[in-house]
Amino acid sequence: MTEAHSSNLQLSNETVLEIKDLTVDFETPTGPVHAVRGVDIHVARGETVAIVGESGSGKSQAMMAAMGLLASNGRTGGTVIYEDRNLLGLSIRQLNQVRGKKITMIFQEPMTSLDPLYTIGRQLAEPMVVHGGLSWKAAHAKALDLLKLVNIPEPEHKIKAYPHEMSGGQRQRVMIAMALANDPDVLIADEPTTALDVTTQAQILVLLKELQTRLGMAVIFITHDLGIVRQIADRVYVMKNGEVVEEGGTAQIFDTPSQPYTRMLLDAEPEGAKLPVKADAQILLEAQKISVEFALDTGFFSAPHLLRAVDDVSFSLRTGQTLGIVGESGSGKSTLGRALLNLLPSDGRVMLNGRQIVGLSRQEMRPLRKDLQLVFQDPFGSLSPRLTVGQIISEGLKVHATELSGKDRDRRAAQALEEVALDPVMRNRYPHEFSGGQRQRIAIARAMVLKPKLVVLDEPTSALDRTVQKQIVDLLRKLQEEHGLTYVFISHDLAVVRAMADTVMVMRNGKVVEAGATSHIFEAPQQDYTKELIRAAFMTATARAS
Amino acid sequence: MSTISSPQTPPDQPHGDPAVHQEVRGRSLWDDARDRLLANRAAMASLCVLVLITIISILGPMLSPHPFDKVYRDYVKVPASLSAYPAEDEVEPAFRSLLKRARVSIDSFERTGNVVTAIVTSKREIDPRIVRYADRSDMFSGATLGDFSEDGKSAVMQADIAFVHFYFGTDSNGRDLMTRTFIAGRVSLTIGLLATIVAIAIGVVYGATSGYLGGRVDQSMMRVVDVLYSLPFIFFVIMLVVFFGRNFVLMFIAVGAVEWLDMARIVRGQTLTIKRQEYVQAAEAMGVSDGGILRRHVIPNTLGPVVVYMTLLVPKVILLESFLSFLGLGVQEPMTSWGVLISEGARNLQGAYWMLIFPSIFLTSTLFALNFIGDGLRDALDPKDR
Amino acid sequence: MHRYVLGRLLGAIPTLFLIVTISFFLIRIAPGGPFDLERPLEAKVMENLNRIYHLDEPLWNQYLIYLKSIAVLDFGPSFYFRDFSINELFAESLPISIQLGLSALCLAFVVGGTLGVIAALRQNRMTDYSVMTAATLGVTVPNFVIAPILTLTLGGWLGWLPVGGWNGGKFVNAILPVITLALPQVAVVARLTRGSMIEALRSNHVRTARAYGLTTWLVIVVHALRGAILPVVSYLGPAAAALLTGSVVVETIFGIPGIGRYFVQGALNRDYTLVMGTVVVVACFVILFNLMVDLIYALLDPRVRYD
Repeated sequence: MTEAHSSNLQLSNETVLEIKDLTVDFETPTGPVHAVRGVDIHVARGETVAIVGESGSGKSQAMMAAMGLLASNGRTGGTVIYEDRNLLGLSIRQLNQVRGKKITMIFQEPMTSLDPLYTIGRQLAEPMVVHGGLSWKAAHAKALDLLKLVNIPEPEHKIKAYPHEMSGGQRQRVMIAMALANDPDVLIADEPTTALDVTTQAQILVLLKELQTRLGMAVIFITHDLGIVRQIADRVYVMKNGEVVEEGGTAQIFDTPSQPYTRMLLDAEPEGAKLPVKADAQILLEAQKISVEFALDTGFFSAPHLLRAVDDVSFSLRTGQTLGIVGESGSGKSTLGRALLNLLPSDGRVMLNGRQIVGLSRQEMRPLRKDLQLVFQDPFGSLSPRLTVGQIISEGLKVHATELSGKDRDRRAAQALEEVALDPVMRNRYPHEFSGGQRQRIAIARAMVLKPKLVVLDEPTSALDRTVQKQIVDLLRKLQEEHGLTYVFISHDLAVVRAMADTVMVMRNGKVVEAGATSHIFEAPQQDYTKELIRAAFMTATARAS
Repeated sequence: MSTISSPQTPPDQPHGDPAVHQEVRGRSLWDDARDRLLANRAAMASLCVLVLITIISILGPMLSPHPFDKVYRDYVKVPASLSAYPAEDEVEPAFRSLLKRARVSIDSFERTGNVVTAIVTSKREIDPRIVRYADRSDMFSGATLGDFSEDGKSAVMQADIAFVHFYFGTDSNGRDLMTRTFIAGRVSLTIGLLATIVAIAIGVVYGATSGYLGGRVDQSMMRVVDVLYSLPFIFFVIMLVVFFGRNFVLMFIAVGAVEWLDMARIVRGQTLTIKRQEYVQAAEAMGVSDGGILRRHVIPNTLGPVVVYMTLLVPKVILLESFLSFLGLGVQEPMTSWGVLISEGARNLQGAYWMLIFPSIFLTSTLFALNFIGDGLRDALDPKDR
Repeated sequence: MHRYVLGRLLGAIPTLFLIVTISFFLIRIAPGGPFDLERPLEAKVMENLNRIYHLDEPLWNQYLIYLKSIAVLDFGPSFYFRDFSINELFAESLPISIQLGLSALCLAFVVGGTLGVIAALRQNRMTDYSVMTAATLGVTVPNFVIAPILTLTLGGWLGWLPVGGWNGGKFVNAILPVITLALPQVAVVARLTRGSMIEALRSNHVRTARAYGLTTWLVIVVHALRGAILPVVSYLGPAAAALLTGSVVVETIFGIPGIGRYFVQGALNRDYTLVMGTVVVVACFVILFNLMVDLIYALLDPRVRYD
């Protein structure tokens, strides 16, 4: 690893990769899909270029096409010039002299991007042996250096590990090490932090930035997250429907965006705060010392090993309030949400309107279910795929409003759809005919049709694009105001929680780390973990939010 | 995946009573699957073949001029032919030989069209009952004896040539192979279908129970399946059939009882997956009962793999039946199945190849068609390529 | 690892016990007996025979006697081949069946695997379609149709190969039976390999390998194929069971004195001990084979560990 590269401006102006009029089409049984429609992107030596867009904008496919990685039904047009050669016209053999050596790539899916059957060391060494002509031994030695470079703990040990023995963040570090192995000119990072927890995300970004300044390669950063862009990019391309709608310097794009679409993306950050409820509002839900244990590894004869997923959690919630539960994956926040609805066995007391519901049987719970609803993260998995939207929404009415006729139920379903701003004529359609945001509206309509008192929202916005996220947040706030709903809002996304919640509870490993009023938690966090979480989440976003 | 482009209702469109709008019809996953299947040419061609074979098997024996168990002693192992039997040069020798058996000598033989006429003489008086020799033969019918001479020692015998067709030839007992192949089709298809239904019924109930109840019950039930997997089942089937006689009913129960294990595993896996789906949790959170969840959410979503597996199980069962038939353990004479016919054909391959060819073509096309339909259904119900 | 193997072997004992019990009583409650010949034996002779073979004792006792004897791996005397014990018969026939079965297994996996990989690499092209059509044909044409056709052409008309007999397992004698036995499995393995190979080629880690400019050989063989082989390895167990079934037919057609043929004869002649012995031996093989498959799997996949 040499330090010879410098971030000299003179050098930076030299173009290293130039994409001109790139098109990508896919042949599908239902006709061709034009994923990328004539895109021009140029990257100068040593600069960081961000390509921003929502899902389906073609940002990833453009880069896959440049690297010759399209699915077999993909066709490309235009040129991708690297060192006077059009990458699109090269044979695989010629292309292999560029990719993995001069242009490298890291992917969105750290869990599956490494081969599960080989050690980290072998996979790191492979490109060096193939491209650098190193012996396996020399390559392994260099792989060890690389692991140290990307701050993998115990590198001597981890080099012999298999991917499944490492966390997602560590795997992504290994991918970065692999990308750096042959001193590339360009590093393409395709949503490298999207699948990671906030704190890990921040660490990976810092690492990437640091390595870039040290090694001086150009970085093409593909992301949907504007916060990240602002922090690391020199220039930005905004893509929509396979086209670049706007390009420019980062400051220019953020301060004076010229296109309405760009402006919309920038405004998509959830804003504002929830108005407090009256202090004398009735207490609707009170949780006292809730614990949930899971039996792991239930061998037939062996005693089960217990995992405490939720450990001694207490809070109380007034009618009309929103409790935000924040935590990273594995913190127990979703389990807590289900325990509150008595959907899984727990210890402690959950008082709903003063009535203890822990320990009630399914039959005893049934009349109470009308007041308790749940909205899930995954709008693709939470709607039964073979029922129409109307059937899905009115299912609860069949249980709780048996006096209604089929026609009445249908009318109620239609009203619920209107309430979430969907056309009621859509209720004869099936879930797979809707987009992610629309499905989440349907899921919300299903919860609202019973006119519940308490709704547990389990990461309801996490699977959605930012602009859609904002719409859903607005919708949820509107419904809360109109119907006096009480929310338990579970999320790892601090920006959304800040915009939604009255009080916030930070969870880690099943325990509450810190709890308090939203403004308190965000402005004056007491615990180190909370501070770290907030720093990681807002190191990117704050610049604009002010 | 088609997506409706505008999420919001245009403000200028008046709603009125929303329930009035019924015109938007959705496309269910079943609709999509059906369209994909209809577009799959291999599967559709296979479906036609299968339907054709089924119709032939059902109607063929009724329409055929030959009963499936009728023995033509004059036509043992005759080759398949489009032209009628008896052949031109067979008529005279056959007629002569039957008259010889009737112990009369022939003065003259004449054939005009489809009628043979012979002047017969004998040393004794001719018994009019010798026409039976002609009638008993498969080649002639309507024999008459007339124009007796005064002493009765000479007469004119006349008979129609009975033309018959054996498009598939005959077997070693002189039975029409075509009719037998059709009848065999009934038997093989019925066994295939019934055994599959038995297997699916056991497998679905077992698997769904195991998967839905989960926990210890699931573990015990699956342990049982694991143990059964290591049993040499085919040997059990053979034992059952050998020791309890070749019983049609027993046979498909035995085969069905062997083949349910895979189904149970598949359905259990499906049920476990679906149980973890958020839409099932959503239904639970709504207070829907177990029965409602099973009926509305679990069963419709396990149906796809079950249908696919069923289509692929029918050929397996038919093959297993023919395997047992080959060992001489199949259905009993004079009933027959494709497996029985094929094993007879295999034994007579040298010299009577048609006995193997025709049943094999029927069996193989059926299995081929079922496999293609199964593959087509799988692609249609679970489109991974997209 | 050793503990795991030992545990699995011990776990097989109840399974075997179950198999022995079920088959024993199933056979015994069936009508007919080993000495029911067309011409009935004299009462005296019958009585003698029954005493020698313990058939005069209560069924429960017979069961215990049988359990005791197989506990020391003695399968008892044959009822039909009067001068032989089952152990003697197996000593002769088992190696033949094993040789036949293993050869067919190797052939099936080598040929089937190769065809599957080729089809996957040429997905949706002519090669793929031909291989898959041939594979479907292989699954649908029963081996008792293939066998006489092969015998007649290669053996009879062309006279290249002997049409039957084992001849001590000479190579030329083994060719036809092994091919016949292997063909349906070749087809299944080809379909299976194609499917898992296509999936592997689409996986993210293979995309990584391509993105890093690894040679086609490394991408396809080292990264795609090794993962794609795993489901095929799992099929080894069912394949072995299917071959055992097939060997019954093949041994009968080609007149090979293996245990498959003995089994059918034994069943038809009510040779209780022969049938029981075959069932137990076959079950042992299936169990051992499944264990071996799991061990091979663990060897190939670092995510699976038996500690």
